[in-house]
Amino acid sequence: MIATDENITASVNGQGGRPPAIRVDGLEKRYGDLEAVKGVHFEVQAGETFGFLGPNGAGKSTTINMLCTLARPTAGSATVAGYDIVSERDDVRREIGLVFQDPTLDTYLSAAQNLRFHGQLYGVPSAELNARMRQVLELVGLWDRRDKDVMTFSGGMKRRLEIARGLLHSPRVLFLDEPTVGLDPQTRASIWEYLDQLRRQEDLTIFLTTHYMDEAEHCDRIAIMDAGQIVALDTPQNLKAAIGTDRVRIDTDAAAAAVEAIRREFGIEARPTATGLELNVKDGERFVPRLLAGVGVGVSSVSVTRPTLDDVFMAYTGRTIRDAEVSTPEVPPIFRGHR
Amino acid sequence: MSETSTVEVAPPPMPLAPVRRAPAGLRSDLRAALIVCHRELLRWAKDRRRLAAGLMQPLLWLFVLGTGLSRVASGDASGIDFRTFLFPGVLATTVMFTAVFSGISVVWDREFGFLREMLVAPIRRASILAGKCLGGAIASTVQASIILVLAGLAGVPYSPVLFLQLIAMLLLASMVLTAFGLLLGARVANIQSVMPLMQAVITPLMFLSGALYPISGLPTWLAVATKLNPVAYAVQPMRQVVFSHVDLSAEAAAVVNQPLTWNGWPVPIGLQLVVLAAIGLVVFAVAVRRFSRTD
Repeated sequence: MIATDENITASVNGQGGRPPAIRVDGLEKRYGDLEAVKGVHFEVQAGETFGFLGPNGAGKSTTINMLCTLARPTAGSATVAGYDIVSERDDVRREIGLVFQDPTLDTYLSAAQNLRFHGQLYGVPSAELNARMRQVLELVGLWDRRDKDVMTFSGGMKRRLEIARGLLHSPRVLFLDEPTVGLDPQTRASIWEYLDQLRRQEDLTIFLTTHYMDEAEHCDRIAIMDAGQIVALDTPQNLKAAIGTDRVRIDTDAAAAAVEAIRREFGIEARPTATGLELNVKDGERFVPRLLAGVGVGVSSVSVTRPTLDDVFMAYTGRTIRDAEVSTPEVPPIFRGHR
Repeated sequence: MSETSTVEVAPPPMPLAPVRRAPAGLRSDLRAALIVCHRELLRWAKDRRRLAAGLMQPLLWLFVLGTGLSRVASGDASGIDFRTFLFPGVLATTVMFTAVFSGISVVWDREFGFLREMLVAPIRRASILAGKCLGGAIASTVQASIILVLAGLAGVPYSPVLFLQLIAMLLLASMVLTAFGLLLGARVANIQSVMPLMQAVITPLMFLSGALYPISGLPTWLAVATKLNPVAYAVQPMRQVVFSHVDLSAEAAAVVNQPLTWNGWPVPIGLQLVVLAAIGLVVFAVAVRRFSRTD
């Protein structure tokens, strides 16, 4: 209804004819000589949960900051909820909710005072504010603690409160920048329970970034980002299917000889591991008998695993996400403050 | 585990109904400023230690320094209690510390992330800063009003007109000084590095304002420095209204109640306050610009 661009019609598919929640066209961000984001294109449909996956420094947070109007793109354009992120900045801001990596709560105030401040700042009429505060606090299980100072909250509770606050003014798009970073695994799981519930229950577009592979599984679609570019974009299922290979691991004392034998016999490049080697192959379970016959060294154990998003990342970038974090200082520390 | 089970038991029955939102415009900017101001006051009221610490210093100035120095100064000021002379200066000093600190608390907001919550909201930066100034001004003036209550002990009469004049001047001065604190804090990353900066700036401003000594008959360099100091334009009008309510001999007035002059011309109180307000507006505008930069 708001977006008027000519190719909108072409891009809308199966979402009840609604314009996309986010449209990104050649978005680019430079810091001096450093290209943090190198011209990305994508669309996020209304109601979709869309994940940006990639190592630290891949440009995820820079992209999210541009979409949230916190950083100006160097080139390209984007709309969020139908508004241009540069020329209609305040309209974009009214339609989005934000949860940052670092907390942005006033810890000396109570949970309710933090929410009230936010609601008033976003112009929620006071007649509706109390009911809405109750709804969002119940959604994240913090209604009973509304009058406690945020200072007394655990990390997970603070994050839940920020999610509640991000929803308070009924945004159309909720941005979550690394919503579970720095939380322990159990708390991470509980944050995802709340987010999954939110997805089922609300007509809300969720855009999130993560560098945890397992979290990407919660998304409808995923864009894999590496060194400022989107290297793959699809559903988690399709991405994994596109890899098509299983991972076979064998434990052996003679890894070097085995790698050599596998290269000769099967033409497959195996990678040494701490206890032996691993390789990627189609239909791994059927390959194992042939492998054991051809490897020519003693093998103490074998395992076959279906592809994970880790493998997907590996397949598209040639690196594991962990390696990528160590080896690409994509954004120098001085810019980290802006992310 | 327990957290997981609470999720299952208490899902809200229906999707959340979207709330209405007021449209943007001047009213929403004004509203935003009042909200930011309200939060400043909530924070200030919660921090009782800051309140107490903020009162300690002026009380020492007035009753310890004032009493001690009155023995040296009394011969000169012909019967004027040195504490009476010091009273307006101490009021100004009180709002000065509290107001500049309120402004500088924006560094704390930045360090702990809350500034971001304000800066990403769909409101003008100017209304955020205006709210901070208003909050800092009210907090500082309330704090100074506690000193005002002790006026009698410093030989200042309890005149309603005088008190209203003083409160109005304190509000103006503290608004200007909060803006000044905001400007100091605009580009500083953490609170530790801003504290020495604050000391380095406030102390000379206080000493060169004439808060502690009469500005008449000063050596030229000191007189010039005082006239260039914005705080002098807060101290001198307050002193003039205080002394207009005290019986003063002509000789005494010649020493302690000399108006601020520009090239020999006594500047009227109204104009001094206009100068103060104008400086405040400039400082505020620069601070807004500093806060409006996006990368």
